[in-house]
Amino acid sequence: MTEPVIKPVTESATDQTPFKAIPPCAGLLPLSIGALDLTEQPHAQMTLLIPWEGQETALSKALEKAHGVALPGVGQSTQSHATRALWFGHNQVLLTGPAPDPALADLAAVTDLSDAYACLRLEGAGADRVLARLTPLDLRDVSFRQGAVARTEIAHMAGALIREGEAAFGLMVYRSMAATLVHEVSDAMQSVTARAALGGE
Amino acid sequence: MRLTCPLCGARDRREFTYQGEAVALSRPDPDAGPEAWNTYLHLRENPAGWRDELWYHEQGCAAWLVVTRHTTTHEVRKVQLARDVAKAEGTA
Amino acid sequence: MRLSKGGLIERAKPLTFTFDGHRYQGYAGDTLASALLANGQRVMGRSFKYHRPRGPLTAGPEEPNALVTLGHGPTQEPNLRATTLELFDGLAARSQNRWPSLDFDLLAANDLLAPFLGAGFYYKTFMWPRAFWEKLYEPAIRRAAGLGALSGQANETRYEKAFAHCDLLIIGAGPAGLMAALEAGRAGADVILADEDALMGGRLNSETLSIDDTPAHAWAAHTVAELASMPNVRLMPRTTITGAYDHGTYSAVERVSMHLAAPNDAPREAFWRINAERAILATGALERPIAFANNDRPGIMLASALRSYVNRYAVVPGRAVAIFGNNDDAHRTAADLLDKGVHIAALIDSRPDATCTLPVRFIPGAQVAHATGRKSLEAITIATQSGTDRLQCDVLAVSGGWNPTLHLTSHMGARPRWDAKTAAFLPAPDAIPGLIPAGAVTGRFSTHAALEAGLTAARDALSVLGLKHAQTDLPTAEDAPYAITPLWAVPASGMGKGRAWLDFANDVTVKDVKLASSEGYKSVEHMKRYTTQGMAPDQGKNSNIGALAILADATGRSIPETGTTTYRAPYAPTTLAAMGAGGQGKGFAPERLTTSHAATLKAGAPTVEAGLWHRPSYFPRPGETHWRQSCDREVAMVRSHVGITDVSTLGKIDIKGRDTGAFLDFVYTNMFSTLKPGRVRYGLMLREDGHVLDDGTTACLAPGHYVMTTTTAAAGPVMRHLEFVAQALRPDLDVALTSVTEQWAQFAIAGPRSTDLLNTLLDDAVTDEGFPFMACGPVAIKGTPARLFRISFSGERAYELAVPARYGAALFDLLKARAEAMQGGAYGMEALNVLRIEKGLLTHAELHGRTTAFDLGMQGMMSKKKDFIGKTASERPGLMAPDRERLIGLRPTGAVKQLLAGAHLFDRDAEATRMNDQGYITSACFSPTLGHAIALGFLVRGPDRIGEEIRMVDHLRGVETTCEVVAPQFFDPDGGRARD
Repeated sequence: MTEPVIKPVTESATDQTPFKAIPPCAGLLPLSIGALDLTEQPHAQMTLLIPWEGQETALSKALEKAHGVALPGVGQSTQSHATRALWFGHNQVLLTGPAPDPALADLAAVTDLSDAYACLRLEGAGADRVLARLTPLDLRDVSFRQGAVARTEIAHMAGALIREGEAAFGLMVYRSMAATLVHEVSDAMQSVTARAALGGE
Repeated sequence: MRLTCPLCGARDRREFTYQGEAVALSRPDPDAGPEAWNTYLHLRENPAGWRDELWYHEQGCAAWLVVTRHTTTHEVRKVQLARDVAKAEGTA
Repeated sequence: MRLSKGGLIERAKPLTFTFDGHRYQGYAGDTLASALLANGQRVMGRSFKYHRPRGPLTAGPEEPNALVTLGHGPTQEPNLRATTLELFDGLAARSQNRWPSLDFDLLAANDLLAPFLGAGFYYKTFMWPRAFWEKLYEPAIRRAAGLGALSGQANETRYEKAFAHCDLLIIGAGPAGLMAALEAGRAGADVILADEDALMGGRLNSETLSIDDTPAHAWAAHTVAELASMPNVRLMPRTTITGAYDHGTYSAVERVSMHLAAPNDAPREAFWRINAERAILATGALERPIAFANNDRPGIMLASALRSYVNRYAVVPGRAVAIFGNNDDAHRTAADLLDKGVHIAALIDSRPDATCTLPVRFIPGAQVAHATGRKSLEAITIATQSGTDRLQCDVLAVSGGWNPTLHLTSHMGARPRWDAKTAAFLPAPDAIPGLIPAGAVTGRFSTHAALEAGLTAARDALSVLGLKHAQTDLPTAEDAPYAITPLWAVPASGMGKGRAWLDFANDVTVKDVKLASSEGYKSVEHMKRYTTQGMAPDQGKNSNIGALAILADATGRSIPETGTTTYRAPYAPTTLAAMGAGGQGKGFAPERLTTSHAATLKAGAPTVEAGLWHRPSYFPRPGETHWRQSCDREVAMVRSHVGITDVSTLGKIDIKGRDTGAFLDFVYTNMFSTLKPGRVRYGLMLREDGHVLDDGTTACLAPGHYVMTTTTAAAGPVMRHLEFVAQALRPDLDVALTSVTEQWAQFAIAGPRSTDLLNTLLDDAVTDEGFPFMACGPVAIKGTPARLFRISFSGERAYELAVPARYGAALFDLLKARAEAMQGGAYGMEALNVLRIEKGLLTHAELHGRTTAFDLGMQGMMSKKKDFIGKTASERPGLMAPDRERLIGLRPTGAVKQLLAGAHLFDRDAEATRMNDQGYITSACFSPTLGHAIALGFLVRGPDRIGEEIRMVDHLRGVETTCEVVAPQFFDPDGGRARD
């Protein structure tokens, strides 16, 4: 154990070096096993929108006007360039990318959740098989098309899954559980890779 | 076991939290009297048959649901958003 | 002996393996049993109770005898059926339940004691003296009786669990299952076809049948190849469907790599949960034996098993084969063996009217009454109407008819129904919603019937799924009728000496079942438990129906009157490792780590779990050797200087909307609609039954915008509760609830110098005038927007400072360094707990679900001006009765200075018995501030007894002392330190 360094504070003014921002999966990712890659999504502004009673249509229009994305349907997402609106649960939409237009606050509860989630991307042949080891969600192409969003259980954690491509998924869990998620996903990646080497399912 | 959430579709039971009979929706007035409050808090029918019960889609969309389930076969006949049921009761 | 040609084994791939240390050779495609039989090794195990030598009875998963242990050390796996264990190069298996060796087993002496070891023997014999059961009898019996053992070492092998979804699950890949898969696959349905065998085809691989004029096994292979080419069909060989559950959920165990010499980190097994819109049960049927004296001798096997060994594995397990049956399958067996040039000693058919066109010695209307030979069958005694006849043979194929493999149809409670025509139980209609039984499992045993049923079942399923039929043609196949005359046990007369086995695996005989009946165990459920019939690893697959028939006969009832026991999941023995896959080690529960976790570990702090969160216990300094030293220092540090601790784990719920004030008034006992922006208020939340749910502070950040904090433990339940109120009780209120627990990293800064410390960080300094006790508002640190709350859980002047979580680690480091520079530092859960106990502040030790606001001395917080959750119920007289156990403080007065949480309280002079119980301690600690132990607890009429001396007794830990009842606020009772 090292001796704690005790230095007298001489200056009363604040050290103005900005805080270092540490992403939820710092030191844990990226990770490649076999044909599968697990990466942390770049940090993006994330804003939860809960429309006020009866304001869904107005919110959709305002979102489209300010950010180019309409309010997504249940289990869906809308996208325009780097801006996405993800259906995020009962009466909830997560806007990712831009800082929200202040006018949205008239139509919805606007809450910053940029730091609340660990956002991962799993990509590669067999990504669906990796997730089949972690979630009870039906991930078949017919049930979970590109752009689909589901709030579901991922390795015992409440989370969200986003179909980002044929063999690419976005995974979200609360930030504090990032290490557990990485552990569980990498374990499943190893399993799927070892199975693929056997030539089986 | 699976439940079909009106929003999310058929989902595994582990996403849901069970809360008991749906009588909790019919909260008596504060002055309804001890009888009504005792019934509301403590008396449950526990039928061998159809029953409305409350489930929370906790690991999913966070909607409270009213599930009409047969207690002996586990057949589920209907799943509604508790908000819709409560609003309908409020206007009835 | 191996036949020189034929079979579905790969002769180009010879494999070497060992059994009990002896080296043998087999081929790819063999099972351990077929390879051992090919090498002339027919004894593969010893029986459970009598240690009789046993060989395989079957060639499949229902095997009761040939149970072996595979491997050594941590991965050693006992009780595997040699009949399904696929051979691989280097396989090393051992026999079980024998000592010193399989060939010479000393415990075989039990067999001679058989007259004394019948059903219920243990219950009757080892009753006295009572104490001997646990110490002597049971351990001795357990050693003698039993199966293989685990190593006792931790198994690090990978197992996994997984989920699958499909339109149609087809269980079993025999003719019915393959036909169904073909039709459904061609129709475009999303199909999973699962079969427990490595080679799909079911009985088609073991029979010499033709389908569409090609050999049946070739048709099966061709069909499997077509299915494998379909992207919408998923083949799951080596996968046993083990259970049927609600709403189309099925469990399955897949043997992923246990058949491989080099599994290369692939999971050994996978436990699947399969969700299917529709399912087809095409599990076929299992042949059943006939009971006669010594019918367990090695060499006696089921006729279908013999055909499997001969046709699929090209193995003839003897030189002279006799065949005994009560149905036409016996004849089919004879034909197959003749075709292979095997000598048939006799074909014995119990049906007097049976005829036979085969060139064999045919004995109709006769029964095999007795077998001789010990480690191998040598001869049988045939009883005919004219007398008995002895016949030399070393293999006897027995066919007692077929039992449909309907187990899954019972998993949701349905009882199978008896069908007299097939002398078998058939699946109850609609036993499992969405599951269609097809083929032999419905008692239709011809190949044609199976194919047709598979096709029909698939079309039924396709219609439900809204898919068009594929118009697959029904292939041509044999459609022989099933003619059977029931024969369960050859009657004892003319049987000679010897017991007749029903349950081979648990050593239950015909006599045992009769004994159970004569001793009053006439219910099938009682008979089962008394004799242990059906309770072995095969779960009675070979013996249930036979035992039932004998019980029916013994009790003078019919079989349907007698009923059957219930089949429960799992269908086949399942390893706990597979079922518990993913639940070990880190997989047991998610870990929630704060942003200061890495710094906490770096500082050498041990962590403690709080729910799923990992929080620091204490931060040891050099020279501190005991947690109490660190804890006491940290408490003193906060009381005299400044301490910091991570409080991010507390639940934080963002509440917005025009009706937020009304909403908070409804969920809290006290008023919140009057709270002004920039202010924080402590709130108490009840359950509707009037007991306390949680407490915490709620801050008003702006009009219509609040942030509620919950205790760490109740964060989830409170969110659930608030959502319930918002959605189901008060949908008229427009409020939006968002959990922001993880958005903010929040740190308590506590102690007389907390303001000083804070002002070294904040871009704009705070003052007491601008930021008094219970104020809140936005601040900035290094340009980063933050939230500041002047609240205290320590009783000291204190703040909580929140920043977006990505800055949490940096802020913690900075706070810790600044605090250390002011003779302070980080403190952990231990000190946090002491600080709050000294102040009489509450946690879920006190808010344990049975306490009311009245009990906690907070009845003043129950607003009279409004309705709120729990109000009406909390006004019940019983919840405010003066003699309730109410919150008090305690300090020791006796010689023993220790107070313990969980200890109970008694009047000073009363006996410490349950009837005299006066209360209990919920929280206790040593207070370094006061220099003695303190505790919070609940005491009958507590607040009225301040100053009274009472008695504390901890029966569990054997600690007893006297203590004085005091107010629960030990330190700074008027709260001036936090406020001023």
